[in-house]
Amino acid sequence: MLQIPLWRRVLIWLLVAMGLWFAMPNLNYTTVERHNDALADIELLPEGADIPAELAAARDAWPGFLPATLVNLGLDLRGGAHLLAEVQVGDVYERTLDGLWPSVRDALREIRDQVGSIRRQDGKLDVLRVRISEPAGMSAALQAVRALSQPVVTLTGVGAQTLDVSSDGNDILITLSDAERDAIAERTLLQSLEIVRRRIDEVGTREPTIQRQGADRILIQVPGIGSAEELKRLIGTTARLTFHSVVSVTGNGDQSPGARNVIYPSLDDDGQFYILEKTPVVTGENLTNAQPAFDQNGRPAVNFQFNPTGGRIFGQYTAENIGNPFAIVLDEEVITAPTIQSHIPGGSGIITGNFSVESSTELAVLLRAGALPAEMVFLEERTIGPELGADSIEAGRIACLVAFAAVLIFMAASYGWFGLLANVALILNVGMIFGLLSAIGATLTLPGIAGIVLTIGMAVDANVLVFERIREELKTAKGPSRAIELGYEKALSAIIDANITTIIAAIILWVMGSGPVRGFAITLGFGIITSVFTAIFVTRLLIVMWYERRRPKTINV
Amino acid sequence: MRLRLVPENTNWDFFRFARLTFGFSIFLVALSLVLEAVIGLNYGIDFKGGTTIRTESAQPVDVGTYRQAIAPLDLGDVSITEVFDPTFGPEQNVATVKIQAQEGDESVAAETVNAVQDALRVIDPNMTFPSVESVGPKVSGELIWTAVMAVLAAIGAVLFYIWLRFEWQFSLGAVAALVHDVIITIGVFSLLQIQFDLAIIAALLTIVGYSLNDTVVVFDRVRENLVKYKVRPMQEVLNLSINETLSRTVMTSGTTLIALISLLVLGGDVIRGFVFAMTWGVVVGTYSSVFVASNILLMLGTKRDWSKPDANQGNQFGNVDA
Repeated sequence: MLQIPLWRRVLIWLLVAMGLWFAMPNLNYTTVERHNDALADIELLPEGADIPAELAAARDAWPGFLPATLVNLGLDLRGGAHLLAEVQVGDVYERTLDGLWPSVRDALREIRDQVGSIRRQDGKLDVLRVRISEPAGMSAALQAVRALSQPVVTLTGVGAQTLDVSSDGNDILITLSDAERDAIAERTLLQSLEIVRRRIDEVGTREPTIQRQGADRILIQVPGIGSAEELKRLIGTTARLTFHSVVSVTGNGDQSPGARNVIYPSLDDDGQFYILEKTPVVTGENLTNAQPAFDQNGRPAVNFQFNPTGGRIFGQYTAENIGNPFAIVLDEEVITAPTIQSHIPGGSGIITGNFSVESSTELAVLLRAGALPAEMVFLEERTIGPELGADSIEAGRIACLVAFAAVLIFMAASYGWFGLLANVALILNVGMIFGLLSAIGATLTLPGIAGIVLTIGMAVDANVLVFERIREELKTAKGPSRAIELGYEKALSAIIDANITTIIAAIILWVMGSGPVRGFAITLGFGIITSVFTAIFVTRLLIVMWYERRRPKTINV
Repeated sequence: MRLRLVPENTNWDFFRFARLTFGFSIFLVALSLVLEAVIGLNYGIDFKGGTTIRTESAQPVDVGTYRQAIAPLDLGDVSITEVFDPTFGPEQNVATVKIQAQEGDESVAAETVNAVQDALRVIDPNMTFPSVESVGPKVSGELIWTAVMAVLAAIGAVLFYIWLRFEWQFSLGAVAALVHDVIITIGVFSLLQIQFDLAIIAALLTIVGYSLNDTVVVFDRVRENLVKYKVRPMQEVLNLSINETLSRTVMTSGTTLIALISLLVLGGDVIRGFVFAMTWGVVVGTYSSVFVASNILLMLGTKRDWSKPDANQGNQFGNVDA
């Protein structure tokens, strides 16, 4: 009776120890945070450089062999800004279709003898409507326009075409295919995310959250920033994309570039530097588009288009510099420096190189990262001051401690020695919640703190169920050991059913909720798991260990 | 000497006033629905769109002055409330200004926020704004929808789980109890005009969880006693089960309430509405597991032959032909 095999005892203590081990860094929150920041800063230092004394001190304040992941504090606790932006994908559809007009015109002009005169009709923005004067030439016209359509380039590629072309009387109707719309929407969103991420990284705040939400939204949370207004300004600023002539390539970053030249490092290749002419040939403001594509040999490449001004300058420049490299520079870093292989008229070109489909997609994103691909409309913005967050933490901490103390006293008063054992389990329980939260890097929010307090209250429930049951079993005088065993056995179904229903609520909250509500769902869910674990394993083990040592004739629950 | 909230071996008849308690519950639910229809809820910006600005000033808050300062901006519905909290210092005078979503705005208007802040700084140049939150009408509509779906999904999932584990009568009883709890809690929010936002939905879902937790513990004992006492009248079995679990019910509600009340008093004003909903929910949830769920189970009855609990496991329609 009342036997727990050794391996199980070891396993239980091991799990508890693991929980507490991961929870431990949170006791020294600021020290560990500085330690982590110092590590990140040291990482950024160039190789072989001396580590500044204060960084080293901060790093050494927390031993490296100890766990150093902390529970993240949510915006409502740390203060900062929260923005929900909607990317106006529709604008891009219209712009893409509008940009198609010159090539449609050129294609139809070539068969002018069959189609007669060509005129673009005004109308809805999502349809390009072109009227021809000779209806007999319609099929030739459709064929010519369809030739402009290309296979949609996506990583999953299913052979769809970019354009839907149909006729309506004397009119040719050109619309973007659904596949192309999806591809554009996807591309636009990825580009926006990339730009936003790059721009926020520039300010170097700690742990920003930049997430895609649904089809066309971006959630941006930046702790420590003064206001949502400030964040909006940052995201709204255009990053600088420039095209330069390359003077030379060097491995020495300190080399003097010479008059009217600049030296910029390579983005991908550490230790490689380019000396470039200071004045850019063209800038990102002249770029209208860039997409992943394939070259004549079927290798991944990147297509790009300039606006008319940029196209003219670029055409002239390429004609004069065949065989020379030129550099594509973003924020003073060289993304790539391809060699000009031919004169590039018409404002569009293709960048070939050592690309995979992924890297060409990435470069296309980067090429467009200079300008936001579409306007962003802000649907939701929240600013929480750091003082308010600090007040909330303080209030939550005090409330937690008071709740904790009150529940401990209440349990001890109600169940005596058994209550004390349950209290030990309760303390371990809260430790393990923090351990779990830290181990998976979850975010603690103000409702999350409420979830912990609620768990403190509810965690004793499983123990109460067992203790009440033991009391009942004792009445039928079976002897303490049997009563304890039966108590656990019979209370189990109630414990399981009761907690599964609560965890269903927690899971639904987590799936459907967002932000702070999710934080609450996480702590509630973890709280249920750890409280059931501590009640049916830890408290039981404690009771059994005590019972084995004392062998009491009677127990008083 | 042990603390006993409930005397040992109680033998109270919980169904003696069944008509009265059940009628009272129905009355409360009806009253809540009327309140929600007539007064309505004080929706926060999460659900209605708009902007809330929290102000903090060393000078005492005068709602009238604030209102006058903002009035010239012509922003439509503006509500200003002073916030009190025991954790505030003497120089800390806090108010919240809530502005409705401006007409024709799909998104959030930064100018409005700046204009309001400038207007308020005229009263106290050192006024600070610890939090500013704006939600556009587009998002708020979606948030309502998600919230309603979340509560319905939770109720549906639980209905299904209890039906699996018990019998359909138990399931109906449990769900009636938690719908009762949710409606009455919303009713109290309507009556007291406490701000109803996303966090309150989270609280409602917790109430769903808690109310069930309590109900399930009672039901679990009913199931056990039904196996034990095959011929005793249903009412006696229910009464016995409730009495046997009463001590646990009171203990658990007690510890949970202790924790929640300390949070209600000391946890700060930001989550007060949220904690209030949960505290209220625990009280109603405890009441309803005895007086609503069990009452309905008594009215509906259930099968009495529990001798072979595994006979129909996994197939609720197993003895249609029998």
